[in-house]
Amino acid sequence: MESIYLGIVIAPLAAAIVAGLFGRRIGRAGAHWVTIAGVAISFALSLLVLKDVVIDGAAVFNGTVYTWAAIGDIRMEIGFLVDHLTALTITVVNFVSLAVHVYTIGYMRDDPGYQRFFSYISLFTFAMLMLVMSNNFLQLFFGWEAVGVVSYLLIGFWFKRPTAIFANLKAFLVNRVGDFGFLLGIAAIVLHTGSLDYATAFGQAELLDAESIEVLSGTQWSVLSLACICLFIGAMGKSAQVPLHVWLPDSMEGPTPISALIHAATMVTAGIFMVARMSPLFEYSEIALSVVLIVGATTAILTGLLGIVQNDIKRVVAYSTLSQLGYMTVALGASAYAAGIFHLMTHAFFKALLFLAAGSVIIALHHEQDIRRMGGLRKYMPITYWTALIGTLALVGFPGFSGFFSKDALIEAVHASTTVGAGFAYWCVLLGVFVTALYSFRLFFLVFHGEERIDAEAKAHLHESPAVVWAPLVALAIPSVVIGWLTIEPVLFGGFFADSLLVLEEHDVLHVVGEEFEGPAAFVLHAFSASAAVYLALAGAVVAWVAYLLRPELPGWIAQRLAPVHRLLVNKYYFDWFNENVLAGATRGFGRLLWGVGDQTVIDGAMVNGSARGVAVLAAIVRRVQSGYLYHYAFAMVIGLAALIGWLVVRN
Amino acid sequence: MYVPLLSICIWLPIAGAIAVLVLGAQRRMELARWVALGVSVATFLVAVHLYIGFRWYPEFGGMRFVERVPWIGAFNAFYELGVDGISMPLILLTAFLTPLVVIAGWEVIKTRPAQYFAAFLLLEGLMIGVFAALDALLFYVFWEAMLVPMFIIIGVWGGERRIYATVKFFLYTFLGSVLMLVALIYLYLQSGSYSILAFHELPLGMNEQVLIFLAFLIAFAVKVPMWPVHTWLPDAHVEAPTGGSVILAAVLLKMGGYGFIRFSLPITPDASQSLAWLMIGLSLIAIVYIALVALVQKDMKKLIAYSSIAHMGFVTLGFFVIFATIANSQDEAGAMLALQGGMVQMISHGLISGALFLCVGVMYDRLHSREISAYGGVANTMPIFATFVVLFALANAGLPGTSGFVGEFFVILGSFHASFWLAFTAATILVFGAAYTLWMVKRVVFGEVGNDGVAALKDLDRREFLVLGVLAVSVLLLGVWPDPLVEAMDETLRQLLAHVVQSKL
Amino acid sequence: MVTVAHYLVLAAVLFSVSVAGIFINRRNVIVLLMCIELMLLAVNFNFIAFSRLLGDTVGQVFVFFILTVAAAEAAIGLAILVVLFRNTRSINVDEMDTLRG
Repeated sequence: MESIYLGIVIAPLAAAIVAGLFGRRIGRAGAHWVTIAGVAISFALSLLVLKDVVIDGAAVFNGTVYTWAAIGDIRMEIGFLVDHLTALTITVVNFVSLAVHVYTIGYMRDDPGYQRFFSYISLFTFAMLMLVMSNNFLQLFFGWEAVGVVSYLLIGFWFKRPTAIFANLKAFLVNRVGDFGFLLGIAAIVLHTGSLDYATAFGQAELLDAESIEVLSGTQWSVLSLACICLFIGAMGKSAQVPLHVWLPDSMEGPTPISALIHAATMVTAGIFMVARMSPLFEYSEIALSVVLIVGATTAILTGLLGIVQNDIKRVVAYSTLSQLGYMTVALGASAYAAGIFHLMTHAFFKALLFLAAGSVIIALHHEQDIRRMGGLRKYMPITYWTALIGTLALVGFPGFSGFFSKDALIEAVHASTTVGAGFAYWCVLLGVFVTALYSFRLFFLVFHGEERIDAEAKAHLHESPAVVWAPLVALAIPSVVIGWLTIEPVLFGGFFADSLLVLEEHDVLHVVGEEFEGPAAFVLHAFSASAAVYLALAGAVVAWVAYLLRPELPGWIAQRLAPVHRLLVNKYYFDWFNENVLAGATRGFGRLLWGVGDQTVIDGAMVNGSARGVAVLAAIVRRVQSGYLYHYAFAMVIGLAALIGWLVVRN
Repeated sequence: MYVPLLSICIWLPIAGAIAVLVLGAQRRMELARWVALGVSVATFLVAVHLYIGFRWYPEFGGMRFVERVPWIGAFNAFYELGVDGISMPLILLTAFLTPLVVIAGWEVIKTRPAQYFAAFLLLEGLMIGVFAALDALLFYVFWEAMLVPMFIIIGVWGGERRIYATVKFFLYTFLGSVLMLVALIYLYLQSGSYSILAFHELPLGMNEQVLIFLAFLIAFAVKVPMWPVHTWLPDAHVEAPTGGSVILAAVLLKMGGYGFIRFSLPITPDASQSLAWLMIGLSLIAIVYIALVALVQKDMKKLIAYSSIAHMGFVTLGFFVIFATIANSQDEAGAMLALQGGMVQMISHGLISGALFLCVGVMYDRLHSREISAYGGVANTMPIFATFVVLFALANAGLPGTSGFVGEFFVILGSFHASFWLAFTAATILVFGAAYTLWMVKRVVFGEVGNDGVAALKDLDRREFLVLGVLAVSVLLLGVWPDPLVEAMDETLRQLLAHVVQSKL
Repeated sequence: MVTVAHYLVLAAVLFSVSVAGIFINRRNVIVLLMCIELMLLAVNFNFIAFSRLLGDTVGQVFVFFILTVAAAEAAIGLAILVVLFRNTRSINVDEMDTLRG
C-alpha cells in the first residue's frame, strides 16, 4: 500500500516537473497530457485507497517515508497517515483537480504561459496531497506553505497586471500572518510533547491541557489552548476567516480555473481540514472551540453581506466562498467536525462548479467579468445555464441538493451545541442562509436572466463554450446534486470518521442531530416542516427575484436610502483601507524612521563617522604642536629630559 | 599513506592564486581563468572527500583529520589543524561557493581578471584556514590575513564609493579583531599554549570570563554583523563586485557565528550564560529592526544585505537561547534544536544570500544599476532568470522545502521553550521576511516591462544558468532532506552543549 | 688643585652653551652643526675626566670613537647642507619647516 500512497503524491509532482522544466520541448499538448496523466494516475490511486479504506475496511496506515532530520529525541519525519478522513479528502482533491486540468485546456487555450500554468496546478495538487496525507506537523506545515506559494504564483500568473501582482503579494503576506501563528502552535506542541507526530501529540492532549505557560506576566494559559488558538490562527489565514479574509476576494485576479481549484475547493479548505485533523487537541480546549465558533460565525455573516454589493462575477462567488468557509468553521467550533468536512466536500463540488461556470461565462464574453454587462445569457449558453443553476441551488441549500444536506445538518448541529458562543453562531448561520440565497440568485438572475446588457461586439461571437469547458461542468454538477443524498448517512451519523475525528461525549452534537435522522428522504421532508433555513433560503431567492428581475430600480433606491450601510459594504468594512494605510503604512514608516534615524543618523552619522570626525578634530588641534622647527623639537626634548631627571631626583 | 588533506584544502588555492598571478603577469588570461577554475574545483573535491570521510563516523564528535606541526617554538604555537561537526560544513560551503564565484566572474570581469581570480583563491584558502585552525595564533593569522584579499576585491573591483566602503569595512573588522587578540594572548598566558581545545578546558573566574567574552563579542559581532555594529555591511555589499558580495555574505559573515560557537560559548560558558540576555536582545533587534529597515531600501543589494543581518540574527539567537531553554525545560531537546538551527541557518544563508547576490549581479551586468526602480517586469524578457529569482526569494522568505526554512524552524522551535514572546518575536521574520523579499520581487520581476533597458534584456546564458542552477538544486536539496547536514553536526553539538552547561567556576 | 668637579662643570657649561646655541640660533644651519659638535665635545670631556679618575682607558677609547663619528657626521652634515642650499638658496633655520603638521 505504501507505494500506492507514494504514487499518489509523486505522480502530480513528476508531471509538474516535466511540464515546468521541459515545457518548451514537449509543447503545449505535451504539457497538458503529461499533467493530466499525472493527476489521473493520482486520482485512480486515490480511488483505490478509498475503496481499500472504506469498503475493505483497511486499518489506519501511519508510516514514515524518510527521516527529514533527527535532533536528539525529536525525529522529524516525512510520512503518511491514511484513514477515512485522508482517503475522502484526497479523492475530492484529485477529482476537482482533474476536472480543472481538463477545463484549463479550453480556458487557457490562447495563453502564452500554457505549460507554466499546467505545471503550477499539478504542483499545487502535489502540495495539497502532501498536506492532506501528512502524519506529522512538519509535513503539514510544508504542504501548508507550499499550497500558499503555488497560490501566490497562480494569483500572479498574469504578472503584467498590476492588480494581479498586488493581489498575490497581499495573499502571501496575509497567509504568512496566519502561518506565523501556525508555526507557534506547532512549536508549543513539539516542545511540550517532544514529537512532531500526530499520534504522539494527540495522545498527550489531556496532559497538555494540564500544563500551563505564562504568556502575559501573571496569567497562566493552558498550553493546549494556546497551541490550539495559534493553530487556528493559521487556519484563519488559509481558510480566510475574518480578519484575515482580505486576500481571498483579491485572489480572483488569477485565472478562473485556479479560483475554482485553489480558492474554492481545496486550498482554502485546508484550514478546515487541519482543525478537523486536530480534533483530538481542540476537543480538550473549550476556549479554542469558542474562538473557532465565534470567528467562523462572524465570517459567515459579514462576508456574505459583502457578496450582495459586488459587481464582479468572480468576486461574488469569492465572497460566497468566504461565507461558506465561515459555515465550515462554525461546524468545527461546535465540535461537529464531520459536518464541517461534509460541507467541505459538497462545497468543493458545487463551488468549483460555480467558478467554472463563471469562467465559462467569462470566456464566452471575452474576459468580461462585470455582471452589469451581462444578462440574458440563458439562451446562448444552455449547458452553462443549467449547471450554474444546479450549483446555485446547491449553494443556497435547496432541499435535495448536496449543499442542503451539509448546511442543514450543520445548522442543526450548531443549534444543539452548548459551546460558549453557540447561540450567537446559530443566529449568524441562520441569517446567513437568507443572505446566501440573496446574493446567489442576484448573481444568477443578473447573468442569465433579464435584459441583455452585453457589448454588441461580444454578442456577435456569443455561443456555448467548447466541450473541454462544459464537460467538467457536467462532471461537477452530478456530485453537486447527488453526493449529499448518498453520503450524508455514513459521513455524519454512521461513524465514517470514527478513526480520524475525536469528539468528546459532551460535545457530540451530531449525535443529538442523528437521533432524529431517519434517512435522507425523511431529512428533506423534515426540513420543510421544522427548519427555518429552507424558508429563509426561499425568502432570499424571492427577494432577489423581486429586486433584480421584477423591479430593477429597487436596489439603487435601497442603496440610496441606506447610504452609510451601503458605503460600509462597498468599502468592505474598511479592512483593506485599514491594512493598507494603517498597518502597511505604519510598518513602512517605522522602517523609514529606523533606517533614517537609527542607522543613518545615529549609528553611521554619530557613532561611526562621528568618531572619525572626532579623531580629525583632535588631530587638527594636536598638529599645531608640530611646528616643523628643529629648535622647538630640541627644546621639547630637553624639557622632557629635565622633567624626567627632575622626577627621578625628587622621587629619590 | 597519510595525506594532509586539510593542508591541501588551505594551500592548494593559495598556490593556485600565485600561479594565476604569474599567468596574469604573462597576459595569458584564458589559461589563468581555467587554472583558477581547476584549482577551486579541485579544492571542492578535496573538501567533499573530507566530508565523506567525516560522515563515516558521525557518532564521533571530536576533531578529525588533525595535523600538528611545531610552528613558533618560543610561543608554544603549533600549526595545528582539524575539523569537527561545526567546521566541516562551513569548509564545504566555502569550497562549494568559490568555483561558482569564479564561473560567475568568468567574462564579466574586464579589468585585471587574473588578479581578481587570484584574490578569490587566496581568500578561499585563508577562509578554510580560519575554519580548520585549532591553534589560536594560527587562527588569528588566517583571520586577519583574510581581510587583505577582501579589502582588495572591494577596493579594486568595487563601485563608485568603494574607498569609503573598504576603509569602513577594514576599520570595523580590524578594531574588533584587535580586542580578540588581547583575549587570545591572555588565554595563552593562562594556559601556556595557543591550543583552542586547551582554552576550552581552561578554568576561568567570572570576571575574567566576562572580559574575555566582551572582547570576543566585539570581534565576532562585527563579523556577524549584529546590531549596532552592522552598518559596514550594506556599504561593503553595495560597493563590492558580485563575487565579493557572494563570498562576503556567504562565508565571511559565518566567521562571526563560527567564532561564537568555537570561542565564546565553550571558553566562557558562565559569561555567555550571564550575558545571554544581551545576545538575545541584540539578535531580536537584528530580526525586527533590520527587517523593517530592509523593507524601505531602494537598492537591491542593500536590501539583501539588510536581510542577511536579519537572518544572521537567527544564528546568534539560536546559539545563546540555549541557556534559557535548558533552564526552562530541564532537557536538552530545545537547546539542541536551537544550536542546530543556528548552524543550519549559517549554511543555508550562505547558499541563499549568495544566490540572491548572483541574481542581482546578473541584472547589474546588463543594466548597470542596482536600483529597484530601474527595473520592472524583468520576467517578460528573462523568464528563466525570473524563475530563479522567485525561487531564491521564496527561500529567503523561509519557505518549507527550501533550506531557508530549516534553520528558522529549528530556532523558533528551540526558542519557544525559553519564552513564548521570544519565539513570537523571532517568528515575525515569517511576515517581514516575506514582505521585504517578495515586495522587491514584485517591483523588479513582475509587472509590465518597466523601461527600454528592461525590454532589451537577454535571458541567462549557459554560464549563468549553470551557477544559479547548481545553487537552486542545493537550496532545494537541503530543504527537502537536511538530515545529512544535521546528522554530521549532531554529535559535535551535543558534546559542545554538554561542555557549555558545565560551569567553569 | 683641579678636581674632577671642575672638568664636569666645564663640560656642563659647554653642553649648555651648545644647547642654547641650538635653541636660540634661528639663522644659520652651520651654527647648528657646530653646536652639535660642541655637545659631543662636552661629552668627551666627561669621558676623559672619568677615565683619568677611575684609571680606566675604556673611556679614552670611547672618545676616539666619538671623534670619528663626529668627523663623519660633520662631513655628511655639511654635504647635506650644500645640497640643501642648492635647493632652497638659504640656510636660514626659520625657513626650514617642511615637517610642520
